[in-house]
Amino acid sequence: MTTTSTKTNREITYLEAVREAMSQEMRQNDDVFILGEDIGVYGGAFGVTRGMIEEFGPERVRNTPISEAAISGAAVGAALTGMRPILELQFSDFITIAMDQMVNQAAKTRYMFGGKGKVPMVLRTPSGSGTGAAAQHSQSLEAWMAHIPGLKVVQPSTAYDVKGLLKAAMDDDNPVIFYEHKLLYKTSGHVPEEQYSIPLGKADVKREGTDVTLVATAMMVHKALEAAAELEKEGISVEVIDPRTIVPLDEETIIESVKKTGRLIVAHEAVKRGGIGGEIASMIAESEAFDYLDAPIKRLGGLAVPIPYNPALEKAATPQIPDIIAAVKETVKYK
Amino acid sequence: MMLKSLNLPTSITQEKLKDLYKEMWLIRYFDEKVDQFFAKGLIHGTTHLCVGQEASAAGSIAVLESRDKIVSTHRGHGHCISKEGDVNKMMAELFGRETGYCKGKGGSMHIADVEKGNLGANGIVGGGIPLAVGAALTSKMKKENYVVLCFFGDGASNEGSFHEAVNLAAIWDLPVVFICENNQYGMSGPVKDMMRIENIADRAGSYGIPGKVVDGCDMFDIMNTVDEAVQRARSGQGPSLIEMKTYRWKGHSKSDAKKYRTREEENEWRAKDGIKRFKETLMEAGILTEEEAKALQEQAKQAIEAAVKFAEASPEPSIDTLEEDVYA
Repeated sequence: MTTTSTKTNREITYLEAVREAMSQEMRQNDDVFILGEDIGVYGGAFGVTRGMIEEFGPERVRNTPISEAAISGAAVGAALTGMRPILELQFSDFITIAMDQMVNQAAKTRYMFGGKGKVPMVLRTPSGSGTGAAAQHSQSLEAWMAHIPGLKVVQPSTAYDVKGLLKAAMDDDNPVIFYEHKLLYKTSGHVPEEQYSIPLGKADVKREGTDVTLVATAMMVHKALEAAAELEKEGISVEVIDPRTIVPLDEETIIESVKKTGRLIVAHEAVKRGGIGGEIASMIAESEAFDYLDAPIKRLGGLAVPIPYNPALEKAATPQIPDIIAAVKETVKYK
Repeated sequence: MMLKSLNLPTSITQEKLKDLYKEMWLIRYFDEKVDQFFAKGLIHGTTHLCVGQEASAAGSIAVLESRDKIVSTHRGHGHCISKEGDVNKMMAELFGRETGYCKGKGGSMHIADVEKGNLGANGIVGGGIPLAVGAALTSKMKKENYVVLCFFGDGASNEGSFHEAVNLAAIWDLPVVFICENNQYGMSGPVKDMMRIENIADRAGSYGIPGKVVDGCDMFDIMNTVDEAVQRARSGQGPSLIEMKTYRWKGHSKSDAKKYRTREEENEWRAKDGIKRFKETLMEAGILTEEEAKALQEQAKQAIEAAVKFAEASPEPSIDTLEEDVYA
C-alpha cells in the first residue's frame, strides 16, 4: 500500500513511523511529552507508544486517568505555559468529551487574548471505520474540527507522510488535531530514519493523471489509488490528490489539477453531509477552475448513518473502490 | 507589635496590608463603574461583577509570589486587578478598544495577562480548571516552582471538568490550589438546591486532598488559609481545595432581576462587607488611620476615573486586525 517513493530502502509501518517521530523529537526537546490513557506499559490502545515509557520514563510518558476533559485541558494549560504536549486520545470519537477544551479553549486562546500566548500541542487520535468497533469507535469527525478557526487538522495517509507531518505538527505553535486512520497503522512504506518535516498545507499528488482529479483523504487515498489502477486498464487517467492537511488546505494544488483535468471528484470516509468534500467542491466552484469544469463535481462520502457493527453493513456505509470507479466513469462520460 | 498579633503569613508586610486595602477599593470601584456604564449603554455585551467578593481575590493573590500564576473565571475583574493587572487596559478592553488587554477582541470574559501570570478569565463555567492543572504540570516538569491558584465558582464544582481536573492534580501532586468562590448562586440556582452537601470543600475528600472552608469576607482567614495551601503546593505536597463563603452583591450579569433571592438576604451579606471589616481590623491594629484609609480609597477612585479617561480616549481597533492572531 505504499505510494510515496523516497530514497531510503527502509520500510516501517505507519504505526512505527508515528512512534519514531515522537521518540526522535522527545530525545532532542525536553518540552515535548506525551499524555493519554493506557499509553504507559500497555503501549496505548493501538500500541503506538509501546516501549516509550521504558525509554522516557513516566514523567514524560504520562499515563492518565480516563478523564478526557481534564487531560485535554491539562495539555492546553501546559502548552500555554511553555510545554509542547502530545495528547493521545484512544479513539477519535472521544474528542466529544474533550470538545470544550479543544474548541472553546485551545482554538481561541490566542485570539481571545489579543495575540498573547500560544498553544503548541498535538492531539493525536485514531479515526475511521473498518474494525467492527461500531458506532462510537469508528467515526470520522474531522470536518467538525476543520470548522473551528484556530485549529489545524491533519490526516496522513502513508507511513512516510505520517512521520513528516507529525514532525511539522509538533513544531507548530498552534493546536493541531492529528488523525491517524486505524486501518493504516499496519501498512508499510519507505521512511527515512532521520527527522524530516512535511509542511502543513502542502498537498501531495499521489498519482498523476489527465482525465479527472480525485481528491481523497486518509484511508480513501488508498482506495482511490486502487480505483485509479483499475481505471487505467480501461484507458482512464486519474489524478489522485491527497490534501494531507485539511486545515490549512492546499487549494492551489487542487485548483491547478482541476484546470488540467476539467473534472473533480472528492472522496472521504466521513459522512457526506457537512463533510470536507463539500468545502473542497465549493472552493473549486468559487475558483478560477470553475470555468474549466466539463462535468458536475461529485462527492463521495459516508452515508448519514452511525457506523454499524455487521461487517457487510459497515462496509456499505462508506465509499468503496467500486463506488469510486463508478463515479469516475460517470464523470468522464459527461459531455 | 500589633502586626504580629494579626498572625499573618510572613510575606505580608504592613505596607502590603495598606496596598491591599487600596486594591480592594480598586476592584469595587472598577466593577461599580462598569455597572454604571452598562446601565448607560456605554459598555456593550455582558459582564459579571464581583462587588462583594473583593476579599477573595485580593486576599488569595496577596500571598503569591509574582512568578505564581492564576486562572480566573467569567467573574474575574478582581482576580486580574489583584494579579498586578492594569486597570487602564482592563477598562479599555471593556470599551472594546485597541489598547485593551485583548485589543478589543476578548471583552470582559477573556481578559488575560499571560506575562503577569494571569492565564485568563473564562467564558465556560469550569473550563479553566483543567487549564490550571496543565499550568501546574509545567511548573512541576520544568521545575519552575511556581504555584497556580485556580478560581472557580460553586456552579463550576458541579461540572465534570472540576472533578476530573482535581483528581488529576491530586494523583500527580501538582502545585495548584483550587479556590471555589461560593457566592451562593450559580446564576439563579441556589447552592442548596444544586448539591446535597453543606460545604463544597468536602468534595476534596473524594480526591484525597485537604479541603477547607473560609469566611470569604475575612481577609485574614483567607490569607492564612491560602498561604498554607500555597506553601504545601510549593513544597511538592500537592493540591488543596479552599471554599470561600461569599456573596455577589450585584446580579449574575446585566439582565438579572434577582427574583431568586430576597432583599433581606442581600442586606445580611452586605453587612459582612470584606472591605469594611478589613479596614476596621487594620485600624484596631494601629496599622491604618482614618485619614490614610480615606486617602487610599480616594486614590483607588481616581485610578478608575483615569482608567475611564484612558479607555474613552483610546482608538477602536482597525477592521484590518479582524483576522489577526487566529494562528500563532
